[in-house]
Amino acid sequence: MDESTLLVADGITKRFGGVQALSEVAFTIRKGEIYGLIGPNGAGKTSLFNVLTGIYPADEGSFTFEGRALDGLKPHEVAARGIARTFQNIRLFANLSALENVMVGRHVRTHATVLGAIFRNAGTKAEERAIEKRAYALLEYVGVHRRANDLARHLAYGDQRRLEIARALATDPRLLALDEPAAGMNATETAALRELLESIRRDGTTILLIEHDMRLVMSVCDRVLVLDYGKKIAEGVAADVQKDEKVIAAYLGGEVRLDVARA
Amino acid sequence: MRALIPTKHPLAAKAGVVLIALALAVLPFALTGIGTAWVRITNLAILYVLLSLGLNIVVGFAGLLDLGYIAFYAVGAYTYALLASPHFGLHLPFWVIIPIGSLVACMFGVLLGTPTLKLRGDYLAIVTLGFGEIIRIFLNNLSQPVNITNGAQGIAGIDPFRFGSFDFATTSAIDGVTITGPIKYYYLLLAVLLVVIVVNLRLQNSRIGRAWEAIREDEIAARAMGINTRNMKLLAFAMGASFGGIAGGMFSAIQQFISPESFVLVESINIVAMVVLGGMGNIWGVILGALLLSFVPEVLRYTVGPTQQALFGRMLIDPEVIRMLLFGVTLVAMMLFRPAGLLPSALRKRELETARNGTAAP
Repeated sequence: MDESTLLVADGITKRFGGVQALSEVAFTIRKGEIYGLIGPNGAGKTSLFNVLTGIYPADEGSFTFEGRALDGLKPHEVAARGIARTFQNIRLFANLSALENVMVGRHVRTHATVLGAIFRNAGTKAEERAIEKRAYALLEYVGVHRRANDLARHLAYGDQRRLEIARALATDPRLLALDEPAAGMNATETAALRELLESIRRDGTTILLIEHDMRLVMSVCDRVLVLDYGKKIAEGVAADVQKDEKVIAAYLGGEVRLDVARA
Repeated sequence: MRALIPTKHPLAAKAGVVLIALALAVLPFALTGIGTAWVRITNLAILYVLLSLGLNIVVGFAGLLDLGYIAFYAVGAYTYALLASPHFGLHLPFWVIIPIGSLVACMFGVLLGTPTLKLRGDYLAIVTLGFGEIIRIFLNNLSQPVNITNGAQGIAGIDPFRFGSFDFATTSAIDGVTITGPIKYYYLLLAVLLVVIVVNLRLQNSRIGRAWEAIREDEIAARAMGINTRNMKLLAFAMGASFGGIAGGMFSAIQQFISPESFVLVESINIVAMVVLGGMGNIWGVILGALLLSFVPEVLRYTVGPTQQALFGRMLIDPEVIRMLLFGVTLVAMMLFRPAGLLPSALRKRELETARNGTAAP
């Protein structure tokens, strides 16, 4: 494996009872790229995320992240290794403020113990200030800082999606896995999201992106993996994948041309 | 450092704190004027506040419904009783036993937490309820073959708190002011309460407290954000239990007699009701809930009878019945009109002074 490889998936298989959610999915993500994961509903995209982040164990196959296997790691250990995610159906901490949501994301990179919290020694106080400062900076970064003190559940839908990204970024990930971040966004919000994704990549975080908005996928992704019924049906540069017969057939039953002109 | 009570008027807040402190300082003497029983009632109320604050860590912060919390109170109480009574002939000083009791209760918290880690909501409630009953039944039956708990008869003659020649159970006169035993305990309880409140506030506004609240809000998201939910839940059970253990030890010393009857299921439910009524997760709300549910029944006990006598010339309804009726109506009304409690968990606004000068994230 060369220096530029970040994540290798090898023969990932997952069954739920009789349903084959993923069968022998294999791919490689390079450092610094935006890697798209597309496919029709039920293709296994979110299942792949859940296996990657340790929510379900894989039945077969394994992920290798930065040269080390992720086998058998629990979700919090995967996060500690440097993979952060968002959720398709937003899972914020609804009754905490936007700022506190991001502060929770710093948990895995900070160390205060119960005794530290109770006695509030100089180290704990300094760490707490650093957590708050970093969290606010991340809110600014995604553009939700004006709502820092509002409850997460009171935020507009688009802001909630961006807040989830800020929370994930707070764990200092090397790989950011986003599950349909543009879902429910209007054209303006999606355009802003695209800029955000570009700047996250520019600042050194690799992105794995599940997305149904083809315009967004085709414009930001360096490479794309297409899943259908849990199997890889295509992989490659966005422009090539969108011309692939199998991909068009999977999405549209092969009747209509896929409109994926670059935005 | 952030003040205990954030406010826009620091001077007014300081004046308020001083006034409350003065009121609390003279309260026992004022109560003695009404009747000595009221100081005892106040002491019990403070014990309930301590218990509610302990349970609030488990239920309010971490969102784990525990219906067997009284078990930790029992563990603390029995630890004190066994180590400071004629039962085993041991008479260790209270400042040794209270930490031991807290530690033992803490261990029982982990003991309860470990098998219930994967349970939530109703299922967790049922298991914790069972745990509470198991502890009580053990206390009831551990009198043979080896007599450990003295069974249903309970343990009598428990040592009061003593510090050198200063005995908390007896009346003494300082500078001509008569200070009864209950008044001494009142000040001690108040001091302990203050410490527990500060500890709770600090825990809530810390990395640990945020992790608990994250688990309460969404366990899967909390895990994905790198929180070791197993350890954090065990920590919540352990912390909650150790506060229960401290309260139990003090209860033992104040009553000087304990039996399994003090640790029945209704007591657990009572404490849950205090937390829910006041406002889960809000420390001030929980304190209010515990005080209300401790004092209002006592006030009713002393007023319902005489009121009926005055109005109808005789007792129509037993005061106890009216007490339960009002209790039930109050809980139903709460669920309808203020489901989040009297003082719902408030949004914590942060000053953000440091953050505003911060640089943008990389």
